[in-house]
Amino acid sequence: MAKMTMVEALNLALRQEMQKDDSVILLGQDIGPDGGVFRVTDGLFAEFGGERVVDTPLAESSIIGMSIGMAMYGLRPVCEIQFSGFAYQGFHQLENHAARMRWRSQGRLTVPMVMRAPYGGGVRALEHHSESREAYWAHTPGLKVVIPSGPRNARALLVSAIRDPDPVIFYEAKALYRAFREEVPEAEETLPIGRANIVRPGKALTMISYGAMLRPTLEAAEELHKDGVEAEVIDLLTLSPLDSDLLVASVTKTGRAVIVHEAPQSFGAGAEIATRLMEGAFYFLEAPIERVTGFDLIIPYFSREKSYLPGVQRILAAARRTLVG
Amino acid sequence: MGRKPIEQPAPIDYLSILDEHGNLDTALEPSITGDTHLKMFRAMLLGRRFDERMLDLQRQGRIGTFPPIKGQEAAQIGSVALLRDSDWFAPSFRETAAEIMRGRSLESILLYFNGFNEGTVIPVSQKDLPLAVPVASQILHAVGLGLAAKYRRTDQVVMTFFGDGATSQGDFHEGLNCAAVYQTPVIFVCQNNQWAISVPLAKQTHSKTLAQKALAYGMPGIQVDGNDILAVYAATAEAITRARSGGGPTLIECVTYRIMMHTTSDDPKKYRSEEEVELWRRREPLIRYRNYLLKKEILSEESIIKLEAEVKEQIQAAVDRAEALMKNLGARLEMFDHLFAELPPHLQRQKEALAKELAEGNKEAQHG
Repeated sequence: MAKMTMVEALNLALRQEMQKDDSVILLGQDIGPDGGVFRVTDGLFAEFGGERVVDTPLAESSIIGMSIGMAMYGLRPVCEIQFSGFAYQGFHQLENHAARMRWRSQGRLTVPMVMRAPYGGGVRALEHHSESREAYWAHTPGLKVVIPSGPRNARALLVSAIRDPDPVIFYEAKALYRAFREEVPEAEETLPIGRANIVRPGKALTMISYGAMLRPTLEAAEELHKDGVEAEVIDLLTLSPLDSDLLVASVTKTGRAVIVHEAPQSFGAGAEIATRLMEGAFYFLEAPIERVTGFDLIIPYFSREKSYLPGVQRILAAARRTLVG
Repeated sequence: MGRKPIEQPAPIDYLSILDEHGNLDTALEPSITGDTHLKMFRAMLLGRRFDERMLDLQRQGRIGTFPPIKGQEAAQIGSVALLRDSDWFAPSFRETAAEIMRGRSLESILLYFNGFNEGTVIPVSQKDLPLAVPVASQILHAVGLGLAAKYRRTDQVVMTFFGDGATSQGDFHEGLNCAAVYQTPVIFVCQNNQWAISVPLAKQTHSKTLAQKALAYGMPGIQVDGNDILAVYAATAEAITRARSGGGPTLIECVTYRIMMHTTSDDPKKYRSEEEVELWRRREPLIRYRNYLLKKEILSEESIIKLEAEVKEQIQAAVDRAEALMKNLGARLEMFDHLFAELPPHLQRQKEALAKELAEGNKEAQHG
């Protein structure tokens, strides 16, 4: 097995799916000879040519709208939006069409497309390049939202997303692109969409996170371990549909929950998760559910982003508050 | 150095073959078989009579709000008539005549405008998209379909319809731009009916024509008399030949007129004069085409009477069937079908909750 960054692992997923299935087509800005601004499509133009690795005009609605058309034709487009902060120019295409074509046509027309987009802060990026707005998509009936947390699951989930019969929003934390390497097998590997993963078992409390925030959450769990507290850490992997059963089962066991995400707090994923836990595990709760999230602000320019993003100390403090109750 | 004009690729033509007074430019008259003429005339007549019947049904409360097409039949039929079954059609929402000609059933239209999801189901045999309500959004799907058809090395073409208002939307400009960049086989047919609800064309654009917008994207554009089916047909034939042979996209602006209201919820008296509407009634396409076909002896007074009766019967049968069908449609739990290939657990639970409510006799959930 090769040790890969998330960028390399995503590239592997795309390459292998394209080799296997000539209906897989990539579209996006600078994804051709340039290999994408983060190099996720590096080398694919050379291998598959401009008909399958399609550099598009600088227009997000075009990228998404054309992908929808191609998907309805029977292809499997994987489009890259260079930064998720620019996906909103195509918002109406996803909301009005991608998400509902199967439903409107009663299964006659389907949109098996993937929209890949880097999201999130922590890389000292320019304005509009650090948002975490996954809740927009998760709120839209008909879309699936997948957010990997590392190279190996990113590769396996992207393969599943490409093969999924419905539109998938695939958010890639750019803070993770080159943060660390993992063993990624050359042989095919998939992960089911809609399933969360217990990455660290424990009985004292449940810590729930996804994407780039999984790392500080795990670090906080390690700190708790030093204090003799065993936290169960759950990596959501799929935000929508949410794996409520796994979350409820865990909190039924631990009675305490901390939810961590970098997106703004109000009406965010944490609010939905907390409600599901209330509905499914209310009588097992020993303490109020804690949310550690971004503030309800525009993410500040990078000189202040570390104060905005949840870090280990803030997560630990929340965990300890739930343990007191 | 210096300043000099940059040569532009092509001028914009205006095409009119059969004018409102019945004058015919024989040099430009397209060669169309009698059969095709009859098919097109029947489709226009059916589109017109069905539209009139729908208005009655709406006023009687038997269907909901709908956008009438009256006056735009030539602009619709003259273009889709040239598509093959293997081609794709991506309509907007005021195009029932074209959709019917492509194979959409009258029943499906009645179901749709009476609030049944079953009305947007396209038969498997028909390579079309269901109508698109968000203005101009379907244009990009047409480009995507065209790109896919090109990738698969087919000779398929894609036709998309949109109105004059749509040309103000970003998706129109993006769609034309991409189609030209990739030279996709797409025919962009603008149904310029002069009004976007209450906003006239002059407030929609400062351009002299909509067709000229094609030039900015490096594709041919042409403006035609949209109430002249021969002109629409001739321009479309040219565009389709070009697209099928790898020559890329074309923009056709059909200058027509929305004789009726935007939808049945709208009152055009608030924003436009009766005189203007009257002027356009005199230019309307159906009578113009009928007189042409009479003169060519493709139609006779008798055959028109027979056709009218046939169409009337067809519409009545469809209304009867649709109304009978609607009585047995609308099982509430079906709204959960087809959102995803497989219903996820949280939706399964929501579906079960509604099922329980219905079983327990919740009256609110059972009606409307």
